[in-house]
Amino acid sequence: MNTFPIGEAFTLGLGVYSAGAIACLASWRKPVLARHLCCGTALAGAILQAVAALLGILQGAPVRWAISSGVPLFGFSFAYDALAGFFNLASAILGAAVSIYSFTYLKEFEGKRNIGFFGFLYHLLLLSLTIAFTAANAYLFLIGWEVMALAAYGLVTFYHEDRETRRAGLLYVIMAHVDTGCLLLGFALLSQASGSAEFASFRTAAAQLSGGQQAAAFVLFFLGFSIKAGVIPFHIWLPAAHPVAPSNISALLSGIVVKAGIYGMVRIFFDALGVLPPWAGVLVLIVGVASAVLGVLYALMEHDLKRLLAYHTIENIGIILMGLGVALVFRVVGHPQLAAVALIAAIFHTLNHAIFKCLLFLGAGSVHHTTGTRNMEELGGLIRPMPVTAFCFLVGAVAISGLPPLNGFVSEWLTYQSLLAGYGATGGLIRILFPIAGSMLALTGALAAACFVKAFGITFLALPRGAASRQAREAPRSMLWGMGFLTAACVVLGLGITWFLPVFDAVTAQLLGVEVGANLISGNGMVLSTGTPKGGTVSTAVIGLGLLVLLIPAVLLVSLRARRNGHRHGPAWDCGLPGLSSENEYTATAFSKGLRMIFSALYQPRREIQAVFDVSPYYPKEIHFESEIEPTFEKRLYGPLQDLILWFSTRMRAIQAGSIHAYLAYIFITLVALLILVSRR
Amino acid sequence: MTEMLVKSGVQLVLLLLVAPLISGIVKTLKARLQTRRGPDVFQPYRDLFKLMRKGMVIPDTASWIFSVTPYIVFATATLVGLMIPMTATDAPLSLFGGVLAVVYLLALGRFFLALAGLDTGSSFGGLGSSREMTISAIAEPAMMLAIFTVALGANSTNLSEMAQAAVSQSWKFLEPSQMLAFAALFVVLIAETGRIPVDNQATHLELTMIHEAMILEYSGPYLALIELGAWIKQLVLMTLLVNTFFPFGLSSDWTVAGLGMGLVVYLGKLLGLACFIVMVETTNAKMRLFRVPELLAVAFILGALALISTFLF
Repeated sequence: MNTFPIGEAFTLGLGVYSAGAIACLASWRKPVLARHLCCGTALAGAILQAVAALLGILQGAPVRWAISSGVPLFGFSFAYDALAGFFNLASAILGAAVSIYSFTYLKEFEGKRNIGFFGFLYHLLLLSLTIAFTAANAYLFLIGWEVMALAAYGLVTFYHEDRETRRAGLLYVIMAHVDTGCLLLGFALLSQASGSAEFASFRTAAAQLSGGQQAAAFVLFFLGFSIKAGVIPFHIWLPAAHPVAPSNISALLSGIVVKAGIYGMVRIFFDALGVLPPWAGVLVLIVGVASAVLGVLYALMEHDLKRLLAYHTIENIGIILMGLGVALVFRVVGHPQLAAVALIAAIFHTLNHAIFKCLLFLGAGSVHHTTGTRNMEELGGLIRPMPVTAFCFLVGAVAISGLPPLNGFVSEWLTYQSLLAGYGATGGLIRILFPIAGSMLALTGALAAACFVKAFGITFLALPRGAASRQAREAPRSMLWGMGFLTAACVVLGLGITWFLPVFDAVTAQLLGVEVGANLISGNGMVLSTGTPKGGTVSTAVIGLGLLVLLIPAVLLVSLRARRNGHRHGPAWDCGLPGLSSENEYTATAFSKGLRMIFSALYQPRREIQAVFDVSPYYPKEIHFESEIEPTFEKRLYGPLQDLILWFSTRMRAIQAGSIHAYLAYIFITLVALLILVSRR
Repeated sequence: MTEMLVKSGVQLVLLLLVAPLISGIVKTLKARLQTRRGPDVFQPYRDLFKLMRKGMVIPDTASWIFSVTPYIVFATATLVGLMIPMTATDAPLSLFGGVLAVVYLLALGRFFLALAGLDTGSSFGGLGSSREMTISAIAEPAMMLAIFTVALGANSTNLSEMAQAAVSQSWKFLEPSQMLAFAALFVVLIAETGRIPVDNQATHLELTMIHEAMILEYSGPYLALIELGAWIKQLVLMTLLVNTFFPFGLSSDWTVAGLGMGLVVYLGKLLGLACFIVMVETTNAKMRLFRVPELLAVAFILGALALISTFLF
């Protein structure tokens, strides 16, 4: 009966989510009640799920339970193992933080929008995520997956009176269905081979798959999950959909819904498809590098705060895929220990990114909430009216840039170490790929730092650039608590990584059959190492402590001197023209100008300047400036694809003449054809 | 534990003493080579003491970011200095952060410095921040490739392990991969320390400045901390170059005699590198900003060639 509480907490959590969904819908006429229900029950459900997840990770064997449905190939079968527990934990942490945040965030909807319906979709999203992560049957998984896509669609188009929002929602729902289609085909292929749709049966049948079948299944699943995860070139829905959704939903979408794609990859590639050939791992690695570098490069060009964050999601998914790809390669070349380290790097980065991206989106939400704009060029100086939000956003920015001693650094460090180990573990020219990928990770990290200097610096520092940011107010308390919780998580996961390694042991033991946690910790439990005799070591705890120890005498010395010498405030240097105003400040566009020129081959920037002048062109009265970059993927890849589909649909019209006789004839012909097919068997 | 603290203390003192000296030596040598008299080598110490005695002017527009940045710049550079072998192969804090931590801690300092540049609201600050982040971003992959080449040879990213491996094969620097990696890292050193042809440390209030533009609004003790941080960072990068590629004279233990010998040889090596830097600075003109990526692309190619040649030879 040791396993009893997991199932209890889990089902109770599911029950709370479902009850919350119905209760919200029922109370749609009472906005205040609906708002409290929406956040309260979701918070309670998330806490229950967190408990279940922690128990699920820390226990040894997976807990399974199944209810037969009577439908062939389908059954309500759940398996609560370490991997499911890990992703459920991430989703519960985010669900809790977002629910706390939403208590006051949703206030502005009162009387204007249907909070009851919002709460219904919100609960449904959390419920479907939990089902998708724990389903042990392919079709149950797909139901969870589909409900998740539809609930997310409903939430993305919550501001549906906006044309941009509707278009983004449409794009999202189309991509989500292409994705489900791929998965359906993949599962059909696997269940045909195994005769059942249970994940457990795939595992046993994997050995009998032919090379071609395995490759086909891999490609289908990789495609399907990549679309969900927003991997380049299937990312186009992500920067469209995330910014237009309400900010608490953007936080969940980028934080955990996108990670469902990563969950699927880990589940299928490591658990259901058998040992994949080396090219599969290399493909995942290369796609990861491309996503990481291109994602951050596109992020740099954005001055819409939320769209910038959305592009960073693409970048971080790329970093996660790098870890996954290396893990797949290690697994096939027979280095399970190294594979475990790489897998830890990938899933730890998944958790980290979930936390800091959720934090950053919530921060952006607070900014949008009070200023009403997402355009960084109209913001500025928010650190004074919104000190707590600014601090939380800064911590998130440092973490996402992979800077020590926060959590982003730890997972990127592990990814680097895995890539370096890849050089030693493989042979032939392919080994060069790993250090090159490492240098691209370095480029990504440095560009991300540049981008977040821009995002934080332009939004929160210097002088306000518009009326909206001049009247900004600090976010209400519950929003601050939501962000503060995630901020603390970034710091704790960074400094205390060595405490949390046992969590990953359970996952690697389940998927790869090895536990490396003990090897990774050395030096009195303070130091993280690569597990190999020399390898590399790092200790975020000592780095944090060291920085503190060095800061104290410097602060003491300088403040002592400052007191003795005195200091005064004065205007910043304005080149002798009196009155430094916000018009003198650097803008987000100007900040990224250097990189726009350096990578102009990618961006194909276009700009237009028109000056209006009376006497001399050197004294313009007004200047009109316009600048844009080419949306390469939309134009070069999806444009022709769309044309092709439209062309094909117009051709299809030929057989759809609208005549009932013709349709009857089609039905008759189909029937005869099917009869012939069946009788010949 | 106490041993580590003592070692850290010794190396800290060494860092704080040598960093301004090297900066002074470079300035003096440069002046001599350009037939100027120039300041003597101890001028940086005098600058520091003078700045410490001055009052500060803080811009009205600045927030607390402006005030914490000098401390962070100083603390990150100094902490990095304790992770790197200077006179003995085992650096005091080598166990707690290898070369990746070094690169990322320096990036942390730069992150805050760039924020402080934007914080003042003056367009110079933003200009400096933008350029600094751009150039460092494109320098990063070249730096990492060169570092990886050395790390893969030593089988470790720990700097003490890397130095140990280099000591055991002290003629290794003649291998093509090491020479190429050295060249790549040298270009990165020039870019990261803001030297001609990438940036000019001597410039002030010019449109071409990068580092100076970011710290334009700093004065008094804050400026002293930032300058000291920048000198320590320069020393760290130079040390990385001389001790991983030319590990001669590194003491294998922390005895007084060993350290004394190590220090003499170390200063000699630094002097050699400083002469080389001065030669480069004096014989080149500053590049246009948008030519700098080409230079760094060359460094990246050198790094990639270094990597490939470890594979070939």
